[in-house]
Amino acid sequence: MSDKDTRSPARAATTAAPVSRRRFLKDAAGVAGGAGLLALGAGLYARQASALPATAIRPPGALAEPDFLAACVRCGLCVRDCPYDTLKLAELGDGVATGTPYFEARKIPCEMCDDIPCVAACPTGALDRGLTDIGKAKMGLAVLIDQENCLNFLGLRCDVCYRVCPVIDKAITLERIHNPRSDRHAMLLPTVHSEYCTGCGKCEKSCVLPGESAIKVLPIKLAQGSKAEHYRRGWEEKKAAGESLIGEQVELPVRGLEGKAYGDTRVRPGEGPAADAVPDYKPSARPGGVDSGWKP
Amino acid sequence: MSAQTPAAGKVPPTSIRGAAQRGVIARPGREAIESKGWLRAHKWLLLRRLSQFGILALFLVGPWFGAWLVKGNLSSSLTLGVLPLTDPFLIAQQLAAGHMPFREALIGGGIVLAFYLLFGGRLFCSWVCPVNLVTDAAAWLRRRLGLKGGKAPAGNTRYWLLGFVLIAAAASGSLAWEWVNPVSMFHRGLIFGFGLAWGIVGGIFFYDLLIAPRGWCGHLCPQGAFYGLLGRTAVMRVSAARRAACNDCMDCFAVCPEPQVIRPALKGVGQDHPLILDGDCTTCGRCVDVCGKDVFRITTRFNRSES
Repeated sequence: MSDKDTRSPARAATTAAPVSRRRFLKDAAGVAGGAGLLALGAGLYARQASALPATAIRPPGALAEPDFLAACVRCGLCVRDCPYDTLKLAELGDGVATGTPYFEARKIPCEMCDDIPCVAACPTGALDRGLTDIGKAKMGLAVLIDQENCLNFLGLRCDVCYRVCPVIDKAITLERIHNPRSDRHAMLLPTVHSEYCTGCGKCEKSCVLPGESAIKVLPIKLAQGSKAEHYRRGWEEKKAAGESLIGEQVELPVRGLEGKAYGDTRVRPGEGPAADAVPDYKPSARPGGVDSGWKP
Repeated sequence: MSAQTPAAGKVPPTSIRGAAQRGVIARPGREAIESKGWLRAHKWLLLRRLSQFGILALFLVGPWFGAWLVKGNLSSSLTLGVLPLTDPFLIAQQLAAGHMPFREALIGGGIVLAFYLLFGGRLFCSWVCPVNLVTDAAAWLRRRLGLKGGKAPAGNTRYWLLGFVLIAAAASGSLAWEWVNPVSMFHRGLIFGFGLAWGIVGGIFFYDLLIAPRGWCGHLCPQGAFYGLLGRTAVMRVSAARRAACNDCMDCFAVCPEPQVIRPALKGVGQDHPLILDGDCTTCGRCVDVCGKDVFRITTRFNRSES
């Protein structure tokens, strides 16, 4: 490129002009081809490796991944100012863009410092200083991914992920439902709410399962489905309008359930349609229903 | 390198030319050691190693001993909590990728840019960059083993590569080169941990040793090319001020990482003054050291005098 200006006089002085031009063109073509190949290789590698592994979480305030990769200079100042050694720079072979900061929640989660030192340290804006309230961070989204091994789903009261959540009762709530296995207990299911979850990963870190965690922080793109914008939620429309949009509905009585609220079909033993109202109906020998008769 | 002017003195037997005449492995700089003493014959080399290791030490006393003088790495750093420094090569890539960095990075980049514009772009290569230690080691071993030949790409490949690096950044919208850049990777690796980056550093060493003499720093590295462009107007320059005393031993050509820059100044090819103004010159001062006749000195670009 521009260094040929300084050298071409010397070359022109030593060789005849046409030979020099031919040689220059040949050299330039070879050089451009080689350099192009090298850059193409780097570009392809960058593109292939820019798919972030699901367990690698970016620091709070990180721009969306494509913008982040344009902005981050891989200086590690965020890593240095992280008081908990949560962040680290990716090394070649880690599967994360070489030199960019990330953390793995199962190893060391984000402690959600109030002053967000990692964001303050970033000189380039790869971590957005618009983030001043760590509660608004969206590093990822926790997902209770293994319902077969989660102790709460087995009916036990582990609750650890719920207890450690810095946004307890908002980002993770315990939803009480009937335990159909015992049929007499409740299950308290840890339930993540994307509106409040910051993706700090303390739940994943503290999950008591011996190896992999049942609850994991994933990149939001992986963790969340798209909203069904075309689907109008009747109950929200009703709330917004103050009344049902389709008018009051005719409520038909259900035989045997007269006197119960409309839609309430729960029956106790002895309630409901009389046995003789249905020909050939025989109640099951084993009692069922709420009082199953099961004894430990 | 066919400088066949009448020699100003007898060609020393261990010099490049003397050894070639006798068919043995040359020991460039031997004559300088005899005439000037070992210390003066290694003055700039020692100062340069001091600078390279000193800068590295500034970055390392934090993570190793908890004394946080400088945080970060050569890509971007914060000294004593106040002075931001950012590599302008990275800012150029960022701008190409379409990201406008924050003020800290711009100020830091401006400081670094101003320094190298003023003093000499490729001072970075020879006085700061850690890869220089690797390629200097390869070049030294190459000389000691007497390895000849090899196939180096054309010297302007790096400028093409620099262009493609910026195009790749613009096309991919990311700092594509930084995925593989051995320069930032090596420095970051020393401070933050390597992973497989040793492979790339080792690759450069063996490439320089076995395939292409001065291949990486002198022909390929786009970061060096970037700093070379910055250095075109720089003040600090090497001058062949006592070129009349040259005895054509060729030792300076042997140790110079960019030997093509010497001839115009030393032999007056295409210029009258003895200054090396080529932006490729890294102002490493090794030619000053190895010259037994004290032909070279480091001076300013305004000093065109000959003595």
